[in-house]
Amino acid sequence: MPSMTTRKARWRAPSVLPGFGLTFGFSLAWLSLIVLIPLSTLFLKSAGMGWQAFVDVGFSERALTAYRLSFGTAIAAAFVNAVFGLLVAWVLVRYEFPGKRVISALVDLPFALPTAVAGIALTALYAPSGWVGQYLDPLGIKVAFTPIGITVALVFIGLPFVVRSVEPVLADLGKDVEEAAATLGASRAQTFARVIFPAILPALFTGFALAFARGVGEYGSVIFISGNMPGRTEIAPLLIVTQLEQYNYNGATAIAMVMMLVSFAVLFTLNALQSIRRRRLGA
Amino acid sequence: MKRQSPSTESSTESRTAQILLIALALAFLAFFLMLPLIAVFSEALKQGLAPFLDAVSNPDALSAIRLTLIIAAISVPLNMVFGLAASWAITKFSFPGKNLLLTLIDLPFSVSPVVSGLIFVLLFGAQGLLGPWLSAHGLKIIFAVPGIILATVFITFPFVARELIPLMMEQGKDDEEAALSLGASGWQTFWHVTLPNIRWGLLYGVLLCNARAMGEFGAVSVVSGHIRGETNTMPLHVEILYNEYDFVGAFAVASLLAALALVTLVLKTVLEWRFDLHSGARH
Amino acid sequence: MNAGTLNRRLFLSVAAAGALAVSLAGCSGGKSGNSVEITNVSYDPTRELYQAVNPAFAAYWKKKTGQDVTFRMSHGGSGKQSRAVIDGLEADVATLALAYDIDVIAEKAKLLPADWQKALPDNSSPYTSTIVFLVRKGNPKAIRDWNDLVKPGVQVITPNPKTSGGARWNFLAAWAYGRKAGGSDAAAEAYVKRLFAQVPVLDSGARGATTTFVERGIGDVLLAWENEALLAEKKLGAGKFEIVVPSISVLAEPPVAVIANNAKKHGTEAVSKAYLEYLYTPEAQVAIARNFYRPSDPKIAEQFAGQFPKLNLTTIDKDFGGWTKAQKTFFDDGGVFDRIYAKK
Repeated sequence: MPSMTTRKARWRAPSVLPGFGLTFGFSLAWLSLIVLIPLSTLFLKSAGMGWQAFVDVGFSERALTAYRLSFGTAIAAAFVNAVFGLLVAWVLVRYEFPGKRVISALVDLPFALPTAVAGIALTALYAPSGWVGQYLDPLGIKVAFTPIGITVALVFIGLPFVVRSVEPVLADLGKDVEEAAATLGASRAQTFARVIFPAILPALFTGFALAFARGVGEYGSVIFISGNMPGRTEIAPLLIVTQLEQYNYNGATAIAMVMMLVSFAVLFTLNALQSIRRRRLGA
Repeated sequence: MKRQSPSTESSTESRTAQILLIALALAFLAFFLMLPLIAVFSEALKQGLAPFLDAVSNPDALSAIRLTLIIAAISVPLNMVFGLAASWAITKFSFPGKNLLLTLIDLPFSVSPVVSGLIFVLLFGAQGLLGPWLSAHGLKIIFAVPGIILATVFITFPFVARELIPLMMEQGKDDEEAALSLGASGWQTFWHVTLPNIRWGLLYGVLLCNARAMGEFGAVSVVSGHIRGETNTMPLHVEILYNEYDFVGAFAVASLLAALALVTLVLKTVLEWRFDLHSGARH
Repeated sequence: MNAGTLNRRLFLSVAAAGALAVSLAGCSGGKSGNSVEITNVSYDPTRELYQAVNPAFAAYWKKKTGQDVTFRMSHGGSGKQSRAVIDGLEADVATLALAYDIDVIAEKAKLLPADWQKALPDNSSPYTSTIVFLVRKGNPKAIRDWNDLVKPGVQVITPNPKTSGGARWNFLAAWAYGRKAGGSDAAAEAYVKRLFAQVPVLDSGARGATTTFVERGIGDVLLAWENEALLAEKKLGAGKFEIVVPSISVLAEPPVAVIANNAKKHGTEAVSKAYLEYLYTPEAQVAIARNFYRPSDPKIAEQFAGQFPKLNLTTIDKDFGGWTKAQKTFFDDGGVFDRIYAKK
């Protein structure tokens, strides 16, 4: 599509690199086909139900409680993952220790394990009679069937996002810059804070955002460990299923829409923040 | 290529700090990653190896394994091509609306798996937008293999792109511009300059995408129809066995899924070794 | 030119994937030559039952008509399965947990007549069940009847009525007790409210709840289908549990129906009808009883009387005005179940 290329060439900044028309056109077409057109059915469905009905289902008190829980636990889990995921990525890239390769491969497992299996395994561990739960229970710490349990499941589900986002950037980050910083008299902490951290921050942001987004929508693993108590441990995706059980497709799409728009807003803000930051650095 | 072996240079932490960080990372992984895995494997092998082997060699299990492999083999390459195209367009050019495009690519992560299945039902189901037309032409998408593939491609859509974009952003486009100014064609530049630079990111992206494609449960469960020996993927087969109170069988198939993901460990090691040799020879 | 190469490769891989997908999809369903295939869309706890019945019917049908029957079985949560049929899963027969789930198929997708339940004897339910209690060995909390469930310190396990058909039966059985004991709907609501205050976990499905009770060791009493309770008592944890039959419960009638339009499309009307009728024969009824469902045939029921104690059973149609009404009153948004969990 040469005409498209020339048209695009006008509104994008000039570049000597080729392939914009092809890659951009293909990306957009594939994106539309796989993501945008199917998702537009959500808009159509929930638009068909009228504003009042949409608000009644999408913003009922029960739904709001569920959103708070889903978004709250997802943020908590993404935060844990950002901190420990960075640590894990750092250790895997920078240090040598026995069993490193195995550990490195294990990081992907939360994706490969069906979410239901993860949920069952975690519940078995953290239930009051479980391997871990039996030691926590006498201390008065309840994990399974509480928001803490949901967070634990979401940490498990989201970990690979952070590790795998940070790892390639960290591996690619040459040591020469750090060595230069060290030569110039920077302490190790200063080098990390001023040289390494800014370089991996975009990747860390990406990992955080993805772990968060994934956590908000997660269903399979959470329903086993959450206990599904209305108003207390009822996650938003469960409400969608509840609506479907009533054959209320409109209601299901209303809740799905609200969740998707909030996630979209969060992801968009994170992406925008990053590009502002990049521009400032570039200037 | 810039992967570092352990060094004793001034730009690294003291051995004590290293050990401390490694210990912290391992402790985190032990609690959130290893324990659930050990729980899965120990359930699977609770009654010894024979029931485990029975469970994974049962005809229904074999057909589920075959289906899962086919689905991963189709959806992963599709998303890999998309990921390369999208990250090229996004990181090598600047154009308005880039943040929007980035966020749209992330969108499948922020949609609950339950909803990811639902949108395809709304589109292709008998009561859906295209349902009557499909039915009139004798085409089956939902409750057949194409529907499962679509749902899987949707779920794993952002993985490769999301892995490559931060990496390629960090790398900038100087290398490519240099190659072009030296007379390389666009394709040569991509093949000999960009691809070697991004290979680790690409590999991680593909591995994650593959793991998730094989392990996806929620969305696939909505569009599969659960017909034994026909549209049951491995995660669905796990659910069936679990619901039959065949816990050994369920965890056996689950651990097989985990093991399939571990095959990528071997793959990665081989690739690392080959690439290291390759780049070593070139220097 | 470079772009062209990439384009061609892309095109080839997409085309190959598409072709594979289409060829895979091409092979499904219906009648061919001297064999016929039935798709039975059923709910979770009937797996073992149909595993026993299907080969017997295949032998019967072969003898009768010389035709080979093969089965495509699909199991899942009853509501989810019903939605799948509505959305295009081409079931020849549906064998679900409650009549409401087949009513909805008739209403929304018009795949079978609205009066489908009259097509076969006993409300089209060749087997029935009821809700009983499963307690731990020796019945340490001395649970004999519904009123013992709301005693302080008793933890009750039931799945979530919002997502599980079985849990709706549990709820209605409790309601029936509350109404009988208290004499009014208000008393019934007060009773179920107290009951659900003793529930620590609401699993999303019936089998999940059983696992919570049996494997995790949570709770003192499980409200369960009688067939599930018998299965748990006899197979899952032999010797670790006891069944307590309450004074009053609800008659659960899992119905079966030919999905007329699909069967017509596949040319499987005769065999589908014969398949469901076969469920009423003595052979099938024995298999039904062996899989812990109450047989509808009184003679077979007599043979298995030891397994199925008599109790006072309310029915959906007589005491709750049918499923459509019960669903709306109790389980839809803003219904009784939501009310008992609403904040004061």
